Amino acid sequence: MAFPSPTAQAVRSWRAPLASAAQSGAIREELDRLETLVDAGQRISQEEALFLHAQADLLTLGRMATSRRLQKQPDARITYIVDRNLNPTNVCITDCGFCAFYRSPGHREAYVLSRDEIYQKVEETVRLGGQQLLMQGGHHPAVLSDWWCELIADIKARFDINCHALSAPEIEHFARYEKRSIEAVVADLVEAGLGSVPGAGAEMLVERVREIIAPKKTTTDDWLDVHRKVHQAGLRSSATMMFGNVETIPERIEHLIRLRELQDETGGFTAFASWNTQPDGVPDEALFPRKTTPAEYLRVQAIARIVLDNFDHMQTSYVTQGMKLAQVSLAFGCDDFGGTMLEENVVSAAGCFHLESIQTIEALIRNAGYEPLQRNSWYGIVDERFTGTTWPKNREQAATHPAAPAAWRQPALKSRPQ
Amino acid sequence: MKQSSDRLQSRCERAGLAAIHAKVMAGERLSEADGLALYRNPDLHAVGALANYVREAKHGDHTYFNVNQHINYTNVCNKLCRFCSFQRLPGQEGAYVMRPEEVAQKIREQLHEPVTEVHVVGGVYPRLPYSYYIDILQAIKRERPSIHIKAFTMVELMQIARLAKKPLAEVLPELQAAGLDSCPGGGAEVFAKRVHDEGYHVKNTGEEWLEAAKTVHQAGLRSNCTMLHGHIETIEERVDHLNRLRLLQDETGGFQTYIPLSFHNEGNEWSHLPGPTAMDELREIAVGRLMLDNIEHIKAYWIMLGIPIAQTALSFGANDVDGTVVEEKIYHEAGATTPQAVERDELIRWIRDAGRIPVERDTLYRVLWAEDEVPA
Repeated sequence: MAFPSPTAQAVRSWRAPLASAAQSGAIREELDRLETLVDAGQRISQEEALFLHAQADLLTLGRMATSRRLQKQPDARITYIVDRNLNPTNVCITDCGFCAFYRSPGHREAYVLSRDEIYQKVEETVRLGGQQLLMQGGHHPAVLSDWWCELIADIKARFDINCHALSAPEIEHFARYEKRSIEAVVADLVEAGLGSVPGAGAEMLVERVREIIAPKKTTTDDWLDVHRKVHQAGLRSSATMMFGNVETIPERIEHLIRLRELQDETGGFTAFASWNTQPDGVPDEALFPRKTTPAEYLRVQAIARIVLDNFDHMQTSYVTQGMKLAQVSLAFGCDDFGGTMLEENVVSAAGCFHLESIQTIEALIRNAGYEPLQRNSWYGIVDERFTGTTWPKNREQAATHPAAPAAWRQPALKSRPQ
Repeated sequence: MKQSSDRLQSRCERAGLAAIHAKVMAGERLSEADGLALYRNPDLHAVGALANYVREAKHGDHTYFNVNQHINYTNVCNKLCRFCSFQRLPGQEGAYVMRPEEVAQKIREQLHEPVTEVHVVGGVYPRLPYSYYIDILQAIKRERPSIHIKAFTMVELMQIARLAKKPLAEVLPELQAAGLDSCPGGGAEVFAKRVHDEGYHVKNTGEEWLEAAKTVHQAGLRSNCTMLHGHIETIEERVDHLNRLRLLQDETGGFQTYIPLSFHNEGNEWSHLPGPTAMDELREIAVGRLMLDNIEHIKAYWIMLGIPIAQTALSFGANDVDGTVVEEKIYHEAGATTPQAVERDELIRWIRDAGRIPVERDTLYRVLWAEDEVPA
């Protein structure tokens, strides 16, 4: 596979605007206008978001993102979740050129974890106070929804922990292989005890880009539709973006707008996180542009906070960005430090070893002027130091979004208890 | 001087920095109390925006780097500083001293690289004779006559003068004749006596450091200045340090650049201290920019900060990132994990990504190469 040369140049030819140009003249006037808009809690348009990406200096973006963050999350707190990443299988048939984790069926390093191995990892996680199992695998041709339903039900029968599992592409993979609808697959997973769905596999929600970087994976429309159906089944999910590969800047903004539109419709997304493509050691390393630099992460994550005015939370990605930049991102709109990731195979296979202890995370949050608090998958605070009411406590309480089925939306659960 | 936006003003007013904002706009000197207020203010964005205002007023988007080579000629030292991971006692495992010929060899190894500066610092090893220092300067110039030698911190210079049994003012011309072109800013640590006595009591005092720097400037040599932050010092002691640098600069004008140095905690006697966080480092850059109104450049030393924070610091007051360093040892022994040398084009790329214009300089900030100012 080779990239058509114009697209492969897309990101490399982008150039950050000169910071000083944003301090005076027409650019400053427009930035001031947009800052006023955001300070007033108003939405910005796709064109305005593009203007920010093209012209704003980092400090202005940080201020605007912080303003939006304070509208959505006025408390001086940064949350994180004690969780474990568990990859039951690394077998995958989508062959994404940016992934260092997967193995093809029959490869000597291919694996499917046994129940005993999984239970041992879950037991450790629960013992450490874990709230969530982030479980994702490859697209295994034989490990399908019945296997996953059984796994989730087995875990729920033995442990008190949420299964934050699968991803839109995996769910779509099940439906396709089992020749049944997304709704039916999701209904079975919900019945088995699935508690929430991660936002993985979004990469860039633009077909031109997906055809280059992940041609065998779910399309943009299907990715969004799986999340729509997950939300309609009563579950919450999160959203992500992997930037810095072959996308153009307007395509980045298009990705955010697509997410915002679906969120307007369903309200089911809890949070958004972005990261840059980590091309070191991946199968198509030579075909990707050089890894974007940290300033671009701050730019993209801040713009996401400003654009995604209907998302409650923004998660930083210390696994990909490192602890130092993750702390700085708290001044660029992020209000959540993500998971403790007691095990993270996918990214560490690509050369990221930024795993850190809870103590380090808490110290960094405090040093940034915020109170660290542990949460569950639905952003309810579950910290023993917290004196308020924990809500939502479970997936049913979290199903307050407009798309959730009426049966789950008990009147008492519609609004947060005072 | 460019105009401040109304937004910066209202932002500073909301952050309780109206008086400081007014002084900055008027080009007035900030007081020590202002310095404390800047350290204590919870709104890092506002502090950063003020520092950025000063940075852009002085330098626009220009961000300087150079291509340099580090030579740490010995790690043997008798100063026993508690924050240091580099020092070894004579005979201790890993102790080394480079012979002048080895120093020459280091220079020869880089002749194919466009290196314009060699940064030479080492431990204070009392068994080295005065002639050794002359010899290594001459050896470097013999191998590469065009290179700028930025050598010896004030601590080493005081030792050299002791060995020469002459006042520093008389030693400096001899070192200059042997090839010394300017001096680095290390060894200042924190001037306060309390911190000195607790952390590095064998080393010269703050007063002695400042006196040596004054002598250096009077000899016609430029130097840099530093502060090692994030260990046991208080913010009052930091403000005092900045103020003393500023007062000497009023007198001599010899400092080119201020470089806040982050305490790193691996392999030294202060391993129990966590060291500064990324946010602390950004604030240190910003406060330095605002307090040191008479020092032209503020450096975000990337090899110590790491690229993410060095890059971000370019929006918080810094206008220099140091160079494509070859063979840095001191911070790497203390746990720095930055790559030892970044390619020149990589350095240029991340300066650009921060919205700045990369400018290659020599040690005295003469422009060697500057990118087109208008991006495509």
